[in-house]
Amino acid sequence: MKGSQAIVKALQEEGCEVIFGYPGGVVIPFYDALFDSDLRHVLVRHEQGAAHAADGYARASGKVGVCVATSGPGATNLVTGIANAYLDSVPMVAITGQVKADLIGTDAFQEADTTGITLPIVKHSYLVQRGQDLPQTIHEAFHIAGTGRPGPVLIDIPVTSQLEDFAYRKATQLDLPGYKPTLKGHTKQIRAAARALAEAQRPVLYVGGGVISSGATAELLELATLLEVPVTTTLMAMGAFPETHPLSLGMLGMHGTAYANWAVHECNLLVAVGARFDDRVTGKLSAFAAQAKVIHIDIDPAEIGKNVEPQIPIVGDARRVLADLVEELKGMERTPGLTREWLSRIEELREQHPLAYHDDGDGIPPQFVVEEVDRVTGGDAIIATDVGQHQMWACQYFRYTRPRQLVSSGGLGTMGFGLPAAIGAQIGRPDKQVIDIGGDGGFQMTMQELGTAMAYEVPIVVAILNNRSLGMVRQWQDLFWNKRYSHTCFERQPDFAKIAEAYGAFGATVTEKDQVADALREAIKDPRPAFIDFHVRQEENVYPMVPSGASIMEMIGGTAGRRKKP
Amino acid sequence: MKHTLSVLVENKPGVLTRVAGLFARRGFNIDSLVVGESEDPRLSRMTITIDGAAHPVDQVTKQLHKLINVVKIRELDPHSMIACEMMLIKVASEGEKKTEVLQIAEIFKAKIVNVERRALVLRVVGANDKLEALLELLKPIGILEVVRTGTIAIARA
Repeated sequence: MKGSQAIVKALQEEGCEVIFGYPGGVVIPFYDALFDSDLRHVLVRHEQGAAHAADGYARASGKVGVCVATSGPGATNLVTGIANAYLDSVPMVAITGQVKADLIGTDAFQEADTTGITLPIVKHSYLVQRGQDLPQTIHEAFHIAGTGRPGPVLIDIPVTSQLEDFAYRKATQLDLPGYKPTLKGHTKQIRAAARALAEAQRPVLYVGGGVISSGATAELLELATLLEVPVTTTLMAMGAFPETHPLSLGMLGMHGTAYANWAVHECNLLVAVGARFDDRVTGKLSAFAAQAKVIHIDIDPAEIGKNVEPQIPIVGDARRVLADLVEELKGMERTPGLTREWLSRIEELREQHPLAYHDDGDGIPPQFVVEEVDRVTGGDAIIATDVGQHQMWACQYFRYTRPRQLVSSGGLGTMGFGLPAAIGAQIGRPDKQVIDIGGDGGFQMTMQELGTAMAYEVPIVVAILNNRSLGMVRQWQDLFWNKRYSHTCFERQPDFAKIAEAYGAFGATVTEKDQVADALREAIKDPRPAFIDFHVRQEENVYPMVPSGASIMEMIGGTAGRRKKP
Repeated sequence: MKHTLSVLVENKPGVLTRVAGLFARRGFNIDSLVVGESEDPRLSRMTITIDGAAHPVDQVTKQLHKLINVVKIRELDPHSMIACEMMLIKVASEGEKKTEVLQIAEIFKAKIVNVERRALVLRVVGANDKLEALLELLKPIGILEVVRTGTIAIARA
């Protein structure tokens, strides 16, 4: 069997059902093998789109996403997408072609040191110099990408390896002596954590993406309800705890709800689960949950003590640790209703600092569009986003009730992620409606992927909150740079709806508030990919806001005169 | 305080780059890094010396552990390890200076490995402080070139 055929076979053996890619010189043998196989390939319009689509597919489905590109520029175009997956711990296998093995290092045509370039942004990488090593390498790559703290694994394959002939042997064993993620938490530590939780009068669960990666939502719900502990989630964990639940505080951090931030500020026990105390969450680190004892549960030991030194560290898989914790707590003597007073304080905070926005009838408030998306889809849609103001509103005003419902670039903050990620998510979850809530800036970074959506009839809805500006940067200029709007306002915009129509998609422009819901309904009903350009108020800012590096005390954005989130 | 890490890694291409890249990316400074084959040909052993005051050793080892090719890390206890380094020194030594250098070499059990009319090359093996002391003594005589291997270390038990 040829190396190229071995790649296809090995991918199928790993359960891969779809790959997102773009052909090129040194991957022609692979694409030739693909031609005869039933492995689904989605031809994107730019390699960055392939990486983001694989990422969106992985986030929405929970499976490993796969993308393919050729050497040189093909591989470098994947880089942003690989970094994006790395920062958000998304399981991905990126396959790149490489020049002939004997030409490596000679500056050959379309040669780039792909493993070198991607070294700091992968969980692991391989350069496969011998074709016969391909099955084993692919087997290991899937294992590494999808287990422990997930992440992207790159496989760089010289064309000569793809052309090599050898007898295919299915890889069944792993040869990874240095890779043994700790799954089970330390019993003594779990006991200590259980004791602290059982005694805590003002606890908060601070939950991150690790809860979604490990599939720990049921265990989290059980723990929270057992002790009546309020739960706040990071952007990466939206939906890990249902936001319709009375114990939900929504998102915390820079643009989190004020009550979530105040709850963290006032709590005396903070239980971090699969979260990494990112600066967008903590603000000023020394002032973050300053009165609290900290329990930190994470599968990655390097996260523990990196930013915050916990009193009770537990290394392990969130699902197993939470299950063990619940088990331990059930066998313990507890005082019922210990958190009652705390919960009424939280209700007070909720009343005092609701999430709210101005709606004086002038123009379409962008937040309103997000609320309408929630209403029209019955809160069931999968939301993909780009990065910026609209992303924060998508977190604040849509109520996520299940994991993998939000597909959003958290750590890297990649503009242009939304559209290709939505395509990947829709392919991974054909049973759900995927809605890409985007901005007019980010959309223009990868809008060529409308072509992909069209070609494969991917019925996504793209809802752009068009404020004719790079809103989040403009907001910082507004608040901290003396309103000097340097290069953040687009003076000329294309007619986006016409662009969509030119691709054969449904296209609409909405300028009135009372048209929002109808346009969404129509777009969802239309079997084609759909695009709606919502002309929203340009000057709207995202509030509340904890300025970068500040503490919760310095939060900007009162709620007077604002419309409350129902 | 200096910390010595004995790191067992897979003997595969690119492993040194991964380790070096990690140190650079996370802003950890390496005092020295020595790598060579271990008792098992599939594994190499690195001896890494770092300054613990500059960054928590704990974070360094945890990050190193995340590299898939890193198999085992052991921080060596300075009281129960054998550590040494080899150094080659080229010293300007004409006339009377030559005798002086030879005397110093004798005291430090340094071997004269090359003799030229104007220079001697000494080879010395020992603990870090011994090497430093030798350099101090030779400095006024005239050091032309110094080459050091970096520290290698092994636990007593």
